[in-house]
Amino acid sequence: MVDSHAAHADHDDHDHKPHGWRRWVYATNHKDIGTMYLIFACTMFFIGGAMAMVIRAELFKPGMQLVDPQLFNSMTTMHALIMIFGAVMPGWTGLANWMIPMQVGAPDMALPRLNNFSFWILPFAFTLLIGTLFVPGGSPAGGWTMYPPLVLQTGAAFPMLIFAVHMMGASSILGAINVVVTIMNMRAPGMTLLRMPLFVWTWLITAYLLIAVMPVLAGAVTMLLTDHFFGTTFFTAAGGGDPVMFQHIFWFFGHPEVYILILPAFGIVSEIIPTFSRKPLFGYEAMVYATASIAFLSFIVWAHHMFTVGMPLAAQLFFMLSTMLIAVPTGVKVFNWTATMYKGSLTFEPPMLFALAFLFLFSVGGFSGLMLGIVPADYQYQDTYFVVAHFHYVLVPGAIFGMMAGVYYWLPKWVGKMYDMTLATWHFWLSAIFVNVLFFPQHFLGLAGMPRRIPDYAVQFTDWNMVSSIGGFGFGLSQLLFPYLIIKCVRSGKPVENPRVWEGAHGLEWELPAPAPYHSWTEPPPPSVIAKGAAH
Amino acid sequence: MMTMIRSKIAHLSTRATLAFVACLLASPAFAETETGSGWGLLNMTKGVTAISEEIYDLHMRIFEICVAIAIVVFGVMIWSIVKFRKSQGAVADTTLVHSTRVEVVWTAIPVVILVVMAVPAAKTLVKIEDTTNTQLSIKVTGFQWGWQYEYLDGGVTFISRLDRKSDAARELMSGIDPTTVDHYLLSVDHPLVVPAGEKVRLLLTGADVIHSWWMPAFGVKKDAIPGFINEAWFKVEPDKVGVYRGQCAELCGRDHGFMPIVAEVRSKADFDNWLKEEAAKEKQAAAPTDAAPAAAPAAAPSTAGSPGGLPAAP
Repeated sequence: MVDSHAAHADHDDHDHKPHGWRRWVYATNHKDIGTMYLIFACTMFFIGGAMAMVIRAELFKPGMQLVDPQLFNSMTTMHALIMIFGAVMPGWTGLANWMIPMQVGAPDMALPRLNNFSFWILPFAFTLLIGTLFVPGGSPAGGWTMYPPLVLQTGAAFPMLIFAVHMMGASSILGAINVVVTIMNMRAPGMTLLRMPLFVWTWLITAYLLIAVMPVLAGAVTMLLTDHFFGTTFFTAAGGGDPVMFQHIFWFFGHPEVYILILPAFGIVSEIIPTFSRKPLFGYEAMVYATASIAFLSFIVWAHHMFTVGMPLAAQLFFMLSTMLIAVPTGVKVFNWTATMYKGSLTFEPPMLFALAFLFLFSVGGFSGLMLGIVPADYQYQDTYFVVAHFHYVLVPGAIFGMMAGVYYWLPKWVGKMYDMTLATWHFWLSAIFVNVLFFPQHFLGLAGMPRRIPDYAVQFTDWNMVSSIGGFGFGLSQLLFPYLIIKCVRSGKPVENPRVWEGAHGLEWELPAPAPYHSWTEPPPPSVIAKGAAH
Repeated sequence: MMTMIRSKIAHLSTRATLAFVACLLASPAFAETETGSGWGLLNMTKGVTAISEEIYDLHMRIFEICVAIAIVVFGVMIWSIVKFRKSQGAVADTTLVHSTRVEVVWTAIPVVILVVMAVPAAKTLVKIEDTTNTQLSIKVTGFQWGWQYEYLDGGVTFISRLDRKSDAARELMSGIDPTTVDHYLLSVDHPLVVPAGEKVRLLLTGADVIHSWWMPAFGVKKDAIPGFINEAWFKVEPDKVGVYRGQCAELCGRDHGFMPIVAEVRSKADFDNWLKEEAAKEKQAAAPTDAAPAAAPAAAPSTAGSPGGLPAAP
């Protein structure tokens, strides 16, 4: 691999690419770092996915067939940590690295060495986290939410978990700082804030969310660490602490975190739907303001994750109302996407297909989210498979489909070659069908009374669990097409003739040649090009 | 024209909602389908308390609203996707990029819907939080992995764990077919016994980690947190005597999936008799010579050797 890159680099001497392993280890180029982030995210996606397969295999039928309950709990815990911090977040950072300089008319990210550092923290963090599988006591099994006192029962893996979370947090904060500084300082003249593509906007807001809440998570896990090793009692009632306080602090991080996972997908969908509708985004400014409102509201809804802990009535009412309020700006976004398609001229290439599936299925997740906000009903939904169905609908056909849509949208620009459209369309339909077979029955299971995070269940839940597992295996296998498609495209894809790639594409990234040059905008694009790109 | 379309859409969506709802209503409730097929298990149970029914109604109302919105919004999306295809010669109207009026309308309508939904939800919540005037108090202590029930003023305390048959069948590669076990994973050695028609208060706490006491049929789910006491209550309709089943709903370690909750609802008279008998038994058992009290942990040998500590005996 390395050699072929080096050989390829010879043809691009004007780009002054370092050769061999140095190009990657010492990487300061936003595209190289973006590529590493994306490969890393994809790897984690498959490791986390393999854990999901273990979970679905054990739940295929009642009785314990494959794993010990402790290992089962480890699988659910690790699956979540790896997917959230290893797959989705680095995946978004990878796309940000690739696209933000290209979209705002900058040569590179503002802080290239910091960029290198924030990426290279991750392999160490995840080696440590995944290494917990091999230590005495096994890997963390108290859920990704790390609630005390349970998490304090973790064995030798405990300090490894805390340190891994600290490293992931540091990486995210550094990445976010880089994004903010790049967007604030590196925009080409004429690229005013309200001309920025929506992907840049949503990432800017995401970056602020990251900077605001990752330190909160770091603080929370540090308190766990001192409770465990240094005799503090932040979360122990016997010493004047309160285990519920951890939940408040955790979810003060955790709720903005879910928007960190989804906002960049909003941005990508806002790029793709106009392109394949051949029509500018409807209500651009409303989209920006809706995103900002969602980000603001995300700070005042956290306790809806923990309605059953026994909060005062007034607090429950407040969090119910604030939660319901989020439906308003989210609705605005969905309506704007729909209005963008209205009176458009639509075609259905793979990026559009994924974006459309996002539109429908994310909305399904939004509906169940609204239902979960109704406190009395939440008492029945809380900690059941209904919740599992809800957040997987927003994260899989939401965040993951959004990310895949983005890759299918920009990949031809990155490598200057077109992927196999037929195969990508297959990838789409298999994913879209299986994701519903996998997650839709989980709504039924939850409503019928099946709690989440259990390795075995009462026999009346068998039928829908089998359906869900079959969907899971189908979804997991279909995803293998994705790296195959990308590798095939990079190696032997047909060169794209038009650097614009898609007929309806607008924005600065499409003004660059394809494949995109090693350094993006070494000279700022002329203002006329910027005005043309920002056709809203 | 617009109003016609709107009323037509409203009509269609009501019909579709009704069909959807009818389909869900046909699904039997949780407690009644221990055997037989699980395909019909699609919806929340109505339960056996006034509160659980109110919760069910709230759930159905918000569900219907969501379905109605989905039909309209997805309808417009699908219609746009079908109608404005380039392959069918659709030409984009690139001037259609903004409309303040439309945007105000589709911001305002959701606000109205949310208020309509929030009011009844708040009313029910106020009722749920009213723990006054209860007739019986039971202290519930979750531990790794079972429940202890203490009838305050009744002099009865016992521990409730997964029953032996389920416990044997749930071992890794046990070779026992779970379908041959009665109420697999949902039966216990000593069920909670409560009277029908009385307002029963639960005082919940945890002995080691956080657990959550969930009885779907009562509409009660409340966390049992070490060092703190949470309150919850239920009042089973007088004619709903029977056995109801639930589970721990907060991940609490290795055997979280194996700490069911079973409540036996008896008539007031039956309950009073039961409580008296149990109290007498416990008194006898408390005598220093007796080595095998009925509710001692030895009654559940399968969990011996598990690291979880029992709650301190009262």
